[in-house]
Amino acid sequence: MKNTKFQNNVAMAIIKLIAAMVVLILVFLLGKILISGVPHISWKFLVTPSKAFTAGGGISVQIFNSFYLLILTLLISFPISLGAGIYLAKYAAKNKITSLIRMVIEILSSLPSVVVGLFVFLVCVVQMQIGFSILAGAIALTFFNLPLLTRNIEESIKAVPNLQLEGGLALGLSKWKTITKIILPEALPGIITGVILSAGRVFGEAAALIYTAGQSAPAVDFTNWNIFDETSPLNLMRPAETLAVHIWKINSEGIMPDANAISAGTSAVLIIAILIFNLSARYLGNYLYRKLTSAR
Amino acid sequence: MRDEIREKIQKNSKATYQEIFGKLLVSISIIIILLIVSAIFGFIFSKGIATFTENNAQVKDFFTGTNWNPSMNEKGHPQVGALPMILGSFGVTLLAAIFVTPFAIGTALYITELASKKMKKILQIVIELLVGIPSVVYGFIGLNVVVPFIRENFGGTGYGILAGAVVLFVMILPTVTSLTVDSLKAVPKHYRSASLALGATPWQTMFHVTLKAATSGILTAIVFGMARAFGEALAVQMVIGNASLMPTSLLNPASTLTSVLTMGIGNTVMGTVGNNALWSLALVLLAMSLIFNLIVRLIGRKDIK
Repeated sequence: MKNTKFQNNVAMAIIKLIAAMVVLILVFLLGKILISGVPHISWKFLVTPSKAFTAGGGISVQIFNSFYLLILTLLISFPISLGAGIYLAKYAAKNKITSLIRMVIEILSSLPSVVVGLFVFLVCVVQMQIGFSILAGAIALTFFNLPLLTRNIEESIKAVPNLQLEGGLALGLSKWKTITKIILPEALPGIITGVILSAGRVFGEAAALIYTAGQSAPAVDFTNWNIFDETSPLNLMRPAETLAVHIWKINSEGIMPDANAISAGTSAVLIIAILIFNLSARYLGNYLYRKLTSAR
Repeated sequence: MRDEIREKIQKNSKATYQEIFGKLLVSISIIIILLIVSAIFGFIFSKGIATFTENNAQVKDFFTGTNWNPSMNEKGHPQVGALPMILGSFGVTLLAAIFVTPFAIGTALYITELASKKMKKILQIVIELLVGIPSVVYGFIGLNVVVPFIRENFGGTGYGILAGAVVLFVMILPTVTSLTVDSLKAVPKHYRSASLALGATPWQTMFHVTLKAATSGILTAIVFGMARAFGEALAVQMVIGNASLMPTSLLNPASTLTSVLTMGIGNTVMGTVGNNALWSLALVLLAMSLIFNLIVRLIGRKDIK
């Protein structure tokens, strides 16, 4: 009797210890990144282009590239995921074909991102000869993003009670009109939360990008907004190193004297951006839900 | 005479056309996804087998050979022994899984069985934040914290399978933990009540009842984590040392399938033996991710029976 009680106490202590260690790991990671990185962040660091051989380079182009790539990726992947999500939630019959489709999407989500990147490298960069470019990077990130966004949208739509669909049909609306005009607005908070969370993932992805968007950030002229001009930041065909790729690149082959400081600063900027994405996903989702529905 | 009502009934209504349009639109989205996946498999498969069909490499050499030097010939066959990388990949993956299992189960038990509402919320946020940290940042921390730590405490250069496994352990911890939490939550509450009513201590209940009932869910969580670890490229590449040698100890520089791929693709010319051999490694990666998927499915099927 005493023995089992003792065993129980030891086990409980170990479980609590493990949970505390996990919290400590996070605190240590965030602390380490922020403490070693934030001192290097200055206005100058954020607005100067990077330098290859000398100290004092910044990350302005990489920051722009990261956000531009993110927006392009969402522009391509959102409509496809929305369609696929609606299909799976409301149109898919319960049969073998649907379960095959689900399996394929699951497989796509579990593919290593480096394999997805290499596929886009093979097809777009080499065979279609568009070279290392933002466009190729956005395509790679789309493949990487599609399965997760699709699943998220499907779940948000399924969370809306089926009564809404039945009500719409009873009023003589088509199923399509009911879905787009009644169900989607109600599912919107969930969908937006999902989009922002996937944005955080896309923002930090690097393995799929090193052979698609490239590992160099040629200088861009921020006053030139002609999308077809080679120095324009909006040009789709220029190579575009992102923040995450920049960290990898200077750690594996950087030769500037302040490589460590730059990667610490870049990591901090990346983490802060992703924290903002995650927090805003949480609050925006809650806020929209309260705004759009009568829940208090 | 025109019968307007008759015409109106027999013609398709506006709603029908809307319906056809909508159905077409969503079906196209699904077809795009299906096409992408089949294209990925088709292209990588045809590229991956070129080493064996065009460059005369032997499949047996590929899986058992230890010399990775595709540009060198040996009796008419290129030296494409991928065993060091395959062992490296499995080494870091298995080791990371061994590290992660107690942590994930302990944390999940704490969240589902012991924690107060407030602690639950805090841990949930901790896990969400850990998921959000990008893999290159894990690699960077590994390079600055884990590698020096191993060098000072265990000897060697610090780069190697152990460093890779530690970085992967932290990386997959949130995924495995949250999946384990889900599977523990799925265990019906009356199982626990019955066990406690029989006089079992909380630990006996957790160990003999809750964990046992959730075994297949926990296994699925671990396999998912392993699949992620196996396919992770940059974080591992930064800390493993990148030497295509047979791994003789956990502390020597080694390499994985993904690290060789990320380093090599940029330095080889398309269509050469060296390049084709890399695509064969990509094919192995693809096959492994399918196998992990299959294992998850098999575990799930056993659960239903």
